[in-house]
Amino acid sequence: MTDRNGEATENVDATEDDADAEDDPRTAGYDEWLDAIEAGDGYALVCPSGHGSLPPRRVCPECGSTTLAREPLSDAGTVETFTVVHVPSPQFADDAPYVTAVVDAGPTRVTGVVRSDDRGGRNG
Amino acid sequence: MTDVRVAGVGLTRFGSHPDRAGRDLFATAALRAFEDAGVAREDVEALNYGNFMGALAEHQGHQAPLMAEAAGVRCPATRYESACASAGVAVREAVRTVRAGDADVVLAGGMERMTNLPTDEVTEGLAIAADDLFEVRAGVTFPGAYALMARAYFEAYGGGARGPRARRREEPRERGSERVRPVPPGGVRRRGARRAAGRGAAAPLRRLSDHGRRERLVLVSEEYATAHDLDAPVAVTGVGQRTDRLALADRAHLARTPAADDAADAAYAAAGVEAADVDVAEVHDCFTIAEVLAVESLGLADRGEGIAAARDGLTTADGDLPVNLSGGLKAKGHPVGATGGSQIAELTRILRGDHPNSEHVADAEVGVAHNAGGTVASAVVHVLEVAE
Repeated sequence: MTDRNGEATENVDATEDDADAEDDPRTAGYDEWLDAIEAGDGYALVCPSGHGSLPPRRVCPECGSTTLAREPLSDAGTVETFTVVHVPSPQFADDAPYVTAVVDAGPTRVTGVVRSDDRGGRNG
Repeated sequence: MTDVRVAGVGLTRFGSHPDRAGRDLFATAALRAFEDAGVAREDVEALNYGNFMGALAEHQGHQAPLMAEAAGVRCPATRYESACASAGVAVREAVRTVRAGDADVVLAGGMERMTNLPTDEVTEGLAIAADDLFEVRAGVTFPGAYALMARAYFEAYGGGARGPRARRREEPRERGSERVRPVPPGGVRRRGARRAAGRGAAAPLRRLSDHGRRERLVLVSEEYATAHDLDAPVAVTGVGQRTDRLALADRAHLARTPAADDAADAAYAAAGVEAADVDVAEVHDCFTIAEVLAVESLGLADRGEGIAAARDGLTTADGDLPVNLSGGLKAKGHPVGATGGSQIAELTRILRGDHPNSEHVADAEVGVAHNAGGTVASAVVHVLEVAE
């Protein structure tokens, strides 16, 4: 997570940053973001106009800004809606029924599976 | 700018066709459309073909040339893919092509086979219309996504799962020679669905629907219709398409469908009509909550009132504004990449007066078709009017 003290913003080139670190280019940037979430350092990308989005991303989807800085997701988001999935896709076959929720996490909303043994959401 | 007429429509039966390949079904629908239109196939200048998951369901990519030869037309053929809005987008592009004067005759429609796959593979196939990283990997399925929208709607406006679905239990509808059966309490049990009776794929939704079907339209310019003395009284007078963020969580509203709001505004403006002018509608009710959101986006019900529209009788067959006289997606089936075309085909027949349910709207002049892709990241709206 970018330290927001001092230099307030830092251009993030998530795709290139993560291509080195991850094996699967389809999940570059995303895997790093997941790792950050698990480490308690979840972040969103925020443009100067305050639009939040999730990586990997080069351009703010709302306004087209290419200046995207990492800002922390809130630790305790608000559940805006949720569902209990009983008929899963094959990759979740062993998990059903499970809860998927959309959480307002500050700069952006996050969709994730809610586990009974953790306090927040898990994405993936 | 020329007027665009629907010269003819052709549909195959909704349902499971385990012994028929997509190319055969598509050819059947095309033959019916040509027969209905009275248009020579050699006059077709473009084929716009909608399909979403053919690469998964039939291991067949590049389907547009295949369907052109199946239909016996030799012309540029293109597949359009916008998830469940694929055929609606294909028709919209056909309308634009004719309107621009680039073609006088376009064959448009779609095909989807789904019931040949087991439930878990269909679930996975449909889910890829969502954001793979931030939704599918977070456990979102297609029913799950609409369940998220349903709960958000109930939170915002009240209501619950005992809303509009009551209509279909009470008012079975006719479609063709087949009677659309009322839905039993507890919902429809789908083959292979691993869930207890009365429990749906994703709470608070209660049942899952999928089917297979293909449909074709022949769209012609007004000039062509006149020159060939065609009986083509229904015109497509307005189209609108909008795109929203792919992931539901990134939308401006979880309990609304902004892309459909804007697509409807654009279609109404192009046609020079208002929501109050609409006599009959076909809307994309892949789930019951989707109809609620659709009638609100189309301006047929106020925000928060769509949940009661069917229950109050507004949108039932004998209401002031019948919605889905075709039966709707949940009653008749939802072959995803073909649905948008089937809506316009059925709406054409409803307005022409030769649909089995035309009697409910005998004087209807303005119809609207609402087709949505994914969780309405794609929306396309057509306004059809009886010309003259």
